[in-house]
Amino acid sequence: MPIQCSSCAKKRAVLRRPKTGYSLCKSCFFWAFEEEIHQTIVSAQLFNRGETVGIGASGGKDSTVLAHVLKVLNERYDYGLKLLLLSVDEGITGYRDDSLETVKRNQQQYDLPLTIVSYEELYGWTMDAIVKQVGLKNNCTFCGVFRRQALDRGAMMLNVDKICTGHNADDVAETVLMNVLRGDIARLHRCTAISTTSDGEGAIPRCKPLKYAYEKEIVLYAYFKKLDYFSTECVYSPNAYRGHARTFLKDLEAVRPSAIMDIIHSGENLSVKEGVKMPVQGTCSRCGYISSQALCKSCVLLEGLNRGLPKLGIGKHHRLHDKILTQQALTQQEEKKLKAMDF
Amino acid sequence: MCQVDEEYNSPLEHKSLPAVSKKCMKCKEGTAVLIIRVGDAFCRSCFKEYFIHKFRAMLGKNRVIFPGEKVLLAVSGGPASSCMLAQVQEGLSRDAPKKLRFMPGIIYIDEGGVCGQNAEEREKAVVQLESIFRMTGFPYHIVPLEQVFTLPESVLEPVYSREQPGSSYKAAVDQHIRTEVTRGHGEPAVEETQDAVGRLSLQASTYKPEHKLALEGLFSSLKTLTAKQDMLQILRHHLILHTARINGYSKVMIGDSCTRLAIKLLTNISLGRGAALAADTAFSDSRYGDVVMVRPMRDYSSKEIGFYNRLFEVQSVFIPGLDTKTADKASIQRLTESFVVKLQADFPSTVSTVYRTSEKLHTACPPQSSTTEAAAKCLLCLCALDTKAGKLQH
Repeated sequence: MPIQCSSCAKKRAVLRRPKTGYSLCKSCFFWAFEEEIHQTIVSAQLFNRGETVGIGASGGKDSTVLAHVLKVLNERYDYGLKLLLLSVDEGITGYRDDSLETVKRNQQQYDLPLTIVSYEELYGWTMDAIVKQVGLKNNCTFCGVFRRQALDRGAMMLNVDKICTGHNADDVAETVLMNVLRGDIARLHRCTAISTTSDGEGAIPRCKPLKYAYEKEIVLYAYFKKLDYFSTECVYSPNAYRGHARTFLKDLEAVRPSAIMDIIHSGENLSVKEGVKMPVQGTCSRCGYISSQALCKSCVLLEGLNRGLPKLGIGKHHRLHDKILTQQALTQQEEKKLKAMDF
Repeated sequence: MCQVDEEYNSPLEHKSLPAVSKKCMKCKEGTAVLIIRVGDAFCRSCFKEYFIHKFRAMLGKNRVIFPGEKVLLAVSGGPASSCMLAQVQEGLSRDAPKKLRFMPGIIYIDEGGVCGQNAEEREKAVVQLESIFRMTGFPYHIVPLEQVFTLPESVLEPVYSREQPGSSYKAAVDQHIRTEVTRGHGEPAVEETQDAVGRLSLQASTYKPEHKLALEGLFSSLKTLTAKQDMLQILRHHLILHTARINGYSKVMIGDSCTRLAIKLLTNISLGRGAALAADTAFSDSRYGDVVMVRPMRDYSSKEIGFYNRLFEVQSVFIPGLDTKTADKASIQRLTESFVVKLQADFPSTVSTVYRTSEKLHTACPPQSSTTEAAAKCLLCLCALDTKAGKLQH
């Protein structure tokens, strides 16, 4: 017997929502999914009327759904937002070039202006060139740090008020687990916040409107809406340790689907003991970007690449920051440690 | 083919030498018997000293157990709690002045009724445990889980005693020394203990058949193993708390190891208990007010405990639990356990990192009205409620 939609009781259900366990028909699912994101935006007061909002678009399912839903909600509830698409070209042949084609199609489908900033123009290095020097290990560190800054720089060029990213509930829960496993108390503290604070100088607030949306539902939404998105893994191998956390999270979801929400809830209710050392936000003395050290991570990584010492930014080498700032040469011993490993 | 065999025969025999140094890293003399962490090889006697010192250091550092205080040891029969019992025995048997000065008792909760054991199996486990308990000379309480239905409602409320725990450890020590002197080296105390043993051995592990049925009904109404394990944990704590209260114990020692706490921490995060995380895993947990739960084994990994028990013949009893012989994905607790244990095998710092993360957290007290103190607590676990429904952060 076909199962009826538990909301409208008229049409046949097409899916069982992992988040609530309800069986819904297509139109009821669309409505519920969009309304929940609207609720998230309204109750967290993510946007103000008249703001320009940049959507970080990679061409993947999350950012495509984000762009689509934000456009729908902006019209339906008259947020009065000016939406823009902002993409970062990391310079990965066989991956980013294809996904950027998707973003370009999205630009036309949704009629939103698109800006692409590339690693090459910002840093003078493409990811392909970086991998050539660094090897396949740790290259995600470079890509992640650079992407974060590239997005901010692009946003500054476009003069936007806020940036939205397509991080979903699974991503947030996974990050909570990762930070516990890595013992990173500072990040554990802030990773569940839906929006970064706007009081930091020179930083544009970022928010995650899909924070409470399950990855599964995002995929289903994109599938039923027939959205045009790109789904290929990055050609450079994914981070092994994060893979463990991801597998664990998916297993947890299989045992109890609400586990994802429970982890986010746990993360939101954690607080750090007084007297635990926390990093203080400052600015990089070279590029002026936010940083907790004298030099920001991306300047250190870049310095390492330009000096041919790619490991300079991998692990903790705070002692060397003064030397980099004053343009001193490193000792032979230090250099030896920081060279790429030969295989 | 035969030739290949012949050629490889002799070098293979030589390969039996272990790659690590065979000397103890501490005394540099004794032969190493185990490697605790990478590079840390210990000989038998240094390992024992290290292990015992850790227990005493944990109690000494935290200063929550006062001299002369009655302390209830929660023993499940498993390796960690059996080892805790052995450590307490060791500490009490020592000569002054470093002797531990509290008065221990033991509690075992017989959970056979929900773990699918029949009366004979339960009886057998109890007999085995009793013989271990008797040898310690400490008074002991064997409480079947069924007795949870006889508990008064007061077990769900925290009781705040006249003095705040930890107010002045030094004063308590001085007080103890004075009474010791007047009593003449505490001989009456021994008599008292023996009395108690006699009395408590009489208190047989009995339960009414209707309570047995009620317990079975309760657990079969829970649909998932995750919920069953959660429920069992809560009921177990209630029974321990009640037994401690009626017998005048002001501290309860729980044998959670570092490994177990790391598993608990991740489990609790996955169950949405983030707000109660610190209380559930801290060294001392005073949510019940008058009875404080203490976890003195939290610095030992399960590996250290396993080796100690084996090398020094600490007896433990295997009693099947709710998740014995279940698949990895049977419950969230079970899944987390296998995840942590497997990750620990590949990344040996996993457990200690997770454990140290927990030390930096404290319970977030939601800014709810302080006048409705009672309403702001969870009825079952007595932790502060974290239900700021509908209100998002930032």
